Amino acid sequence: MSFISYLINGLSLGSVYAIIALGYTMVYGIAKMLNFAHGDVIMVGAYTAFIAMTQAGVSPVVSVAMAVCVCTALGIVIERIAYKPLRNASSSLAVLITAIGVSYLLQNIALLVFGENAKTFQSVIKWKGISLADGKLNISGETIVTIIVCLVIMTVLMLFVQKTKPGQAMRAVSEDKGAAQLMGINVNGTIALTFAIGSALAAVAGVMYCSAYPTLSAYTGSMPGIKAFVAAVFGGIGSIPGAFIGGLLLGVIEIFSKAYISSLMADAIVFAVLIIVLLVKPTGLLGKKIQEKV
Amino acid sequence: MALLDVKNLGISFGGLRAVNAFDISIEKEELYGLIGPNGAGKTTVFNLLTGVYKPDSGKVLLDRKDITGKKTIEISKAGIARTFQNIRLFKKLSVLDNVKAGLHNKHHYSTVEGILRLPRYRRVEKEMDEKAMELLKVFDLEKYAHIDAANLPYGQQRRLEIARALATEPKLLLLDEPAAGMNPNETGELMDMIRFVREEFHMTILLIEHDMKLVSGICERLTVLNFGEMLAQGGTSDVLNDPQVITAYLGE
Amino acid sequence: MSGMLKKMSKNTKNSLITYGIVIAAYVIMQVLISAGSISSLLEGLMVPLCYYIILAVSLNLVVGILGELSLGHAGFMCIGAFSSAFFSKCMRDVITVDIVRFLLALLIGIVVAAIFGILIGIPVLRLKGDYLAIVTLAFGEIIKNLVNVLYIGKDSNGFHFSTKDAMALNMEPDGMVIVNGPQGITGTPKDATFLIGFILILITLFIVLNLINSRDGRAIMSIRDNRIAAESIGINITKYKLMAFTISAALAGAAGVLYAHNLSTLTATTNNFGYNQSIMILVFVVLGGIGNIRGSIIAAVILTLLPELLRGLDDYRMLIYAVVLIVMMLFNWAPKAIEWRERHLRFGKRKKEAVQ
Repeated sequence: MSFISYLINGLSLGSVYAIIALGYTMVYGIAKMLNFAHGDVIMVGAYTAFIAMTQAGVSPVVSVAMAVCVCTALGIVIERIAYKPLRNASSSLAVLITAIGVSYLLQNIALLVFGENAKTFQSVIKWKGISLADGKLNISGETIVTIIVCLVIMTVLMLFVQKTKPGQAMRAVSEDKGAAQLMGINVNGTIALTFAIGSALAAVAGVMYCSAYPTLSAYTGSMPGIKAFVAAVFGGIGSIPGAFIGGLLLGVIEIFSKAYISSLMADAIVFAVLIIVLLVKPTGLLGKKIQEKV
Repeated sequence: MALLDVKNLGISFGGLRAVNAFDISIEKEELYGLIGPNGAGKTTVFNLLTGVYKPDSGKVLLDRKDITGKKTIEISKAGIARTFQNIRLFKKLSVLDNVKAGLHNKHHYSTVEGILRLPRYRRVEKEMDEKAMELLKVFDLEKYAHIDAANLPYGQQRRLEIARALATEPKLLLLDEPAAGMNPNETGELMDMIRFVREEFHMTILLIEHDMKLVSGICERLTVLNFGEMLAQGGTSDVLNDPQVITAYLGE
Repeated sequence: MSGMLKKMSKNTKNSLITYGIVIAAYVIMQVLISAGSISSLLEGLMVPLCYYIILAVSLNLVVGILGELSLGHAGFMCIGAFSSAFFSKCMRDVITVDIVRFLLALLIGIVVAAIFGILIGIPVLRLKGDYLAIVTLAFGEIIKNLVNVLYIGKDSNGFHFSTKDAMALNMEPDGMVIVNGPQGITGTPKDATFLIGFILILITLFIVLNLINSRDGRAIMSIRDNRIAAESIGINITKYKLMAFTISAALAGAAGVLYAHNLSTLTATTNNFGYNQSIMILVFVVLGGIGNIRGSIIAAVILTLLPELLRGLDDYRMLIYAVVLIVMMLFNWAPKAIEWRERHLRFGKRKKEAVQ
């Protein structure tokens, strides 16, 4: 029984990673940049929902909607001000460092506004969950909702990218920016849209993450951000199903390591698995192989 | 015995037979041309000869030594040097350092000698400087020695690539479309230069080229590739008058 | 004198200027310290300044000279710090001459970091670009994590190891815990001084600058500029990548030794040995100019001192730091900003070298 319960908890944590990783991977696919500030957008989303619930007293659903709106706007603003000017910079490191600057900025604004003390986040899920096998297997409401939300997001995102005009534009831009522009695709608009979607997902992930792990501080987003980044690379960065699978696997590996090996070494194990996967398959599980042309 | 002897060389990518049953035999100090329409597999042949790709069939002998399937670095040491269709210089290194990089395997001192600036470092670096400057002079590049390779004009970049290749003291030099992007004037200069390199360095040269004026002007023998297959081989004028070759180039 | 200067190559001149700046800065700081005209807080920053400079210069060897992005530099610093602190603590009562003990600790820190550089470099350097970056980050995190679960004790029977807790070491009553998991190593002798740090900077510069201007350095930079061309002229890609990576790791190890011997308690946290620190060092390198060694030094100094200089602003200082970082990156790298700068501010020296 404990195995199944660990598995479900792993899938739940993995679902959060997957939602964040989806944002990471879309942004990477289209802007070819490692957005180190993505994790901090998660934190902003969680704080927004927290304030909405505790200060404004709105319902959990409305608070999530507000978090999504704030993060979407934030994502667009960050892209426009900090990343867009560097799109054609001579080194790709420039935008990476700027992203780090944005990350510091968001963290320090949060520190100023909310202080150094961590807040206790109230779960947005009021449902107690289900109890199976005569109470031997309890699954919390957060766990179930997180997994369902992740599945829904994943499905909607796949449909969006495959079937809709903006989704196709996104794929075109990620394949070849120049050619997409020549075909009359609004490249700037498409990139902004990608950041908007990625940030909206980060907001959802932030709320789900804090519902399960209720400590909220300015640094809350860093570690899940990095883990989700690992998940995206793990699955093959740039690939949407890759981010999904990578996220789930990472969550399961992490929970199993904590349960069966050592809770202190769980992070090391997660990173070690990433290294092994990349050494065997250098572009991740579902990544495309790129051959350099001579 | 020929300097380069290739028998039945071939490679497939996925289901595509990019090069099939390729034979060539090049004598010492010969100037040999490899021609064919775009996508015929010419650069693939170069990549097979220099170890960028591993052939799945055939044999390559350089000066009687079997170099089939060897790594690029071993093939470079064995004596094949090349230039690239899309110029590949060390852009942030000076023109002089580009050539000195080519001298890498001919002049040695250890890392420690380099870091501690021991006498051997000074002596060998001086030798390398002199040798590299000599080569730059041959290609009329000595006045650019200390600028970054990226700042060289296009024509000079092509020359620098040849100078760098020659610095490895190869037995065989492969030139991949050396006249690409040049005007007729520059092409004329290039032809003189290739002839000069052959005489001065007693070099054997295999070149890929689309410019028929250059090919007919300097190559003694030709091989024509089409869709990875050999279409014709022999003396330059015979090959260029072959009706099959004309069809392949001009279409039906 | 001027004749001699003219004869020197541009590279040699550049190197001499760099040494000159470092030496001048050291002398000025020493004078200020002995005159008592700087705060003790600033004085306490001198050793950190030294290890940050070493870290920045050594990371630049990988990022700027080899052209590969490493996000795990702090991991090597961590290895250097822990291995040397372990040695110093064990030998505290055995070798009583501070400088001898420190030099041996330094040697150990460097060698162990270099060994890890090779072990990690061999698999990692097969990867490319962002994949290489994320794997170095992963290695850095693993190192930090493992150090936190490591317990080492020593008693009359020799060394005891555990990854559980100090009790699991099963030591005799006379045993002493040396490495205590998350509590790290306490009681490392404070052997690092500003002078030692300064000398280590000079040695780092000597190694890195001379390496760059040698046959091996040329090979490393040729790989950076064009791997395929470098291979075609017979340069051993693996060997030179590994060389740059290992030397960089060894120097980071030296910085770690300095770090460990500047504090009495050594622990591994996200901020000192985690990816945050690796990224911080990367910021020095990029802001100072990728591949520009002197720039790395200057950026390390400014960015280390900036938060202290802003201390008066208290809560806002890290916020301002972040804004300054973003603005500087945009100003330095955005194509539009570069164009604007070229039009409005004529920095004489940036003019293109005339060709024909």
